[in-house]
Amino acid sequence: MIVETGHYALVLAFALSLVQGIVPLWGALINDRSLMAVGAPSALAQFAFTALSFGALTYAYIVSDFSLINVIENSHSQKPLIYKISGVWGNHEGSMLLWVLILSLFGALVALRAKRMPDDLAATVLAVQSWVSAAFLLFILLTSNPFARAALAPMEGRDLNPILQDPGLAIHPPLLYLGYVGLSITFSFAAAALINGRIDAQWARWVRPWTLIAWMFLTLGIAMGSYWAYYTLGWGGFWFWDPVENASLMPWMAATALLHSALVMEKRDALKVWTIFLAILAFSLSLLGTFLVRSGVLTSVHSFASDPQRGVFILMILVFFIGGSLALFALRAQALKPGGLFAPVSREGALVLNNLLLTISCATVLVGTLYPLALEALTEEKISVGPPFFNLTVGLVFLPLFVIMPFGQMLAWKRGDLLGAAQRLTFAFGVALVGGVLFAAIHGEPALAAACAGLAVFAIVGAFVDIFGRITGGGFAPAAFLRRAIGLPLSAWGTTLAHAGIGVSLLGIAATGWGVERVVSMRAGDVAELGPYSVQLQGVHERAGPNYSETVAIMTVRSAGVVIGTMNPSRKFYGARRMTTTDAGLMTINLGQVHIVVPEQSPDGSIDVRMYWKPYVALIWLGALVMFLGGGISLADRRLRIGVARRAKPKASGAAPQPAE
Amino acid sequence: MIWLVFALLTFAAAMSVLVPLARSRSAGAKAVSQRASDVAFYDAELAAIERDVERGLMSADDADAARAEAARRLIGGSAKPAEAEALRRNRTLAALLTLALVFGGGLGLYLYIGSPALRDQPLTARRQAPPEQMDVMAAVAKIEAHLVANPMDGRGYDVVAPVYMQLGRYEEAARALARANRLLGATPEREAAQAEAHMMAGQGKMTPEARQAIARALALQPDFAQGRFYVGLAAEEDGDMALARDTWTKLLAAAPPGAPWADVVRGRLARLGAPAPDAMIAPPSGEAAAAIASMPAPERLTAVRGMVDGLAARLAQDGRDAEGWLRLVRAYVVLNEGEKAAAALAAARRALAEDSGAMERLSALARQLGLEG
Repeated sequence: MIVETGHYALVLAFALSLVQGIVPLWGALINDRSLMAVGAPSALAQFAFTALSFGALTYAYIVSDFSLINVIENSHSQKPLIYKISGVWGNHEGSMLLWVLILSLFGALVALRAKRMPDDLAATVLAVQSWVSAAFLLFILLTSNPFARAALAPMEGRDLNPILQDPGLAIHPPLLYLGYVGLSITFSFAAAALINGRIDAQWARWVRPWTLIAWMFLTLGIAMGSYWAYYTLGWGGFWFWDPVENASLMPWMAATALLHSALVMEKRDALKVWTIFLAILAFSLSLLGTFLVRSGVLTSVHSFASDPQRGVFILMILVFFIGGSLALFALRAQALKPGGLFAPVSREGALVLNNLLLTISCATVLVGTLYPLALEALTEEKISVGPPFFNLTVGLVFLPLFVIMPFGQMLAWKRGDLLGAAQRLTFAFGVALVGGVLFAAIHGEPALAAACAGLAVFAIVGAFVDIFGRITGGGFAPAAFLRRAIGLPLSAWGTTLAHAGIGVSLLGIAATGWGVERVVSMRAGDVAELGPYSVQLQGVHERAGPNYSETVAIMTVRSAGVVIGTMNPSRKFYGARRMTTTDAGLMTINLGQVHIVVPEQSPDGSIDVRMYWKPYVALIWLGALVMFLGGGISLADRRLRIGVARRAKPKASGAAPQPAE
Repeated sequence: MIWLVFALLTFAAAMSVLVPLARSRSAGAKAVSQRASDVAFYDAELAAIERDVERGLMSADDADAARAEAARRLIGGSAKPAEAEALRRNRTLAALLTLALVFGGGLGLYLYIGSPALRDQPLTARRQAPPEQMDVMAAVAKIEAHLVANPMDGRGYDVVAPVYMQLGRYEEAARALARANRLLGATPEREAAQAEAHMMAGQGKMTPEARQAIARALALQPDFAQGRFYVGLAAEEDGDMALARDTWTKLLAAAPPGAPWADVVRGRLARLGAPAPDAMIAPPSGEAAAAIASMPAPERLTAVRGMVDGLAARLAQDGRDAEGWLRLVRAYVVLNEGEKAAAALAAARRALAEDSGAMERLSALARQLGLEG
């Protein structure tokens, strides 16, 4: 009964999404408040029903209800509980359900803040958001229903793809979806602005926190996916320029650009057309990613089961939303009043440069990802656009961003002082130079790694120069420093941390140039040198897990003869799917990592071992965490939370305070 | 019970829209107007400019210009037309739309795609259910577990084998039958069932294992009808039509009166010697059609032939079925078997000579299909 209740709740969520898509929009168009008032409560109800449905599916997974085809195909009664739960979204149908759950969650969050927004804006945003929900709910119900039942329930399921039986599955997709789907809100805001015909600085203010939330989770989700690939796929890389990875990187670049252009729009009432376009673009790119992954156009670990019917459906969704919003855009764009002009040397000038570089990077990735697909479709010629292309092109366009970033923070709005900014950044430049030389002296070749590391140091130190100046601006008075540091707006701290964070990531990426890789065949007792460490194979053991059997290699790591730890890389065999996976052994030493994979065991008892020493590699993901933190701090800034309207209102109208609901 | 839950959910969904719709009549004053929001935003902008001046990021002149710019925007942004009176009609329409979508759309869609009759089947509960309430799969699993513990229990294999057959697990059925034979002593019935399992596993082909099982069945009981029928099938598959015809003719001759399988054999015999059709055929209408349509082409052909043969055999026994004859004639034409169609037409005219209506329809069909003239 719980299962069918969940199924029915999903259908009701679809019905409500249609109501929410029609009634508030209608109200906004004819300026009828009672119709607009339907938006928020129906968004909350839609979320409640979707959550009920998601809960029912999760219940079915937990109790191993094999009367659901989805559970049969992706679960196993012996699977550990955490993978039973994360397995809910470790497949096509369930992950789409998670997608609409998050869509409706964002709808509900907007609904909770709707009282502080202008009525028509809230109503239109909720309606557009609901159209997106409705499209995906219909997609789920008609082509990918996780509640489809089997006539005869087997006693055992076929288990989850072993590669997905990893804590990463519990974290990576929800985070990434929060990011992807968060962009749907900015899209809804953009479409609402176009429908209502009011595109102004205020709109930018409303949309910025949502962009920031989406961007934060997108950042973390991508970083988490990268870390997962790094320790699971067993070749020690953190980014492969795989089309699916690119599909997540493109919205990230667009969202980053949007975050900055919305700032210009808010402060200077300029870049309006461009900002709206970016908001549409960012979500379009995340839809495109969904299409590429789910339609079977691409094959990768992410494309679970794909079939053409689903591909066509998603393509229709894609065409409807991207085409529709662009048509609306074309209709309205001429009507926009151009904003104030500005000097090239100013904060907004720097932000425009930022946008330019980010969009070019994004376009480069798009071309590199789609060109091989298009070529194959047209000429049946298979080419592969690989890392060398992306590293060169994206690197060339993206790296200058690290140079202009500290300058941007330093320049004033309207008219900036480039020379002054450069002078204040002399210190950062000096530290970067010394840092680069030091890195080169310690780690040696390649020079590119040292240069990039120097650039990263410049970005990190440069990010703090502005804040440092504001704290120490009034002369040397230590007591005042703390007071001023606390007095600074949180968004200033947020900017600094986010900018420093991407610098930290760059440092980690630059350091991959100094990595050491060895592939050796070892027997028990053998010792292999790996950069500054030596690794000894103690022995190989067999071990039984709940739904797999495992061959574990016990290895000790020594530094200068002293044991600093043991590692247990393993190979797991999953009986239900007859698949083998490798579990890398990881040991973090001073931000670097020893990474060991045992891909093969020879009949003669020796094992093949692939070992990497990756100095500072942890910085890549730590940087993303710092960026996330920066975003969070910025979000906490009161000025971004527009409570102002609410505070101003009671005085103006004399209405009683609203009751808490 | 489940319908009660559904009713509650539907009610809640409808109310989540209808209640705010009804209440909003008086809510007008509470809502944030565009104007108030504009003013608040303007205030915030002035404060931000103030801060920038304090920090020395902006000169006093620039700040004045920025304030003026913000003020211009405030004035420019307030060109919203006066609010229209909320119309009662709109609310009624919206309420009706909601009811239609939630009740009609929601319930309709669910009835189309849902399975309200299927209960939850958590694994633990299925394992612990008393035997009489146990579902098939749980029962099979239980017997399997029992057989792992008691591998010498022949009856267990005997019981589980037909269930395997029903579930389409033919290889396991064949294995179970083989074990039952070993433990309980071979019987021709089990050997024949094993042959059938092997055939099904081989997708209708007479596999070597199936032939061996047939041979064993006939060694136990040389006149075992099912076994001899299979011998005929094997011969037909080998292309030895003479042997097949011979085997089945003898089998029919020895059949006890009213044997339920005699029609099948007769149908098979009637089919022998016919030229192999190569045209695609349309599946018949009716309940079996869906099942047949889902089979791969060669199997579908066999299935359709089987049905046609059955029909022919039935009409040979009792010819007072005009519909049946019409169908048979049409079927032979579709199967590209003109001679048989003509023969069937003639037979039909004999059988239905007294039914003038049927005779007319037969003639019409014959003209339509080009069987005459």
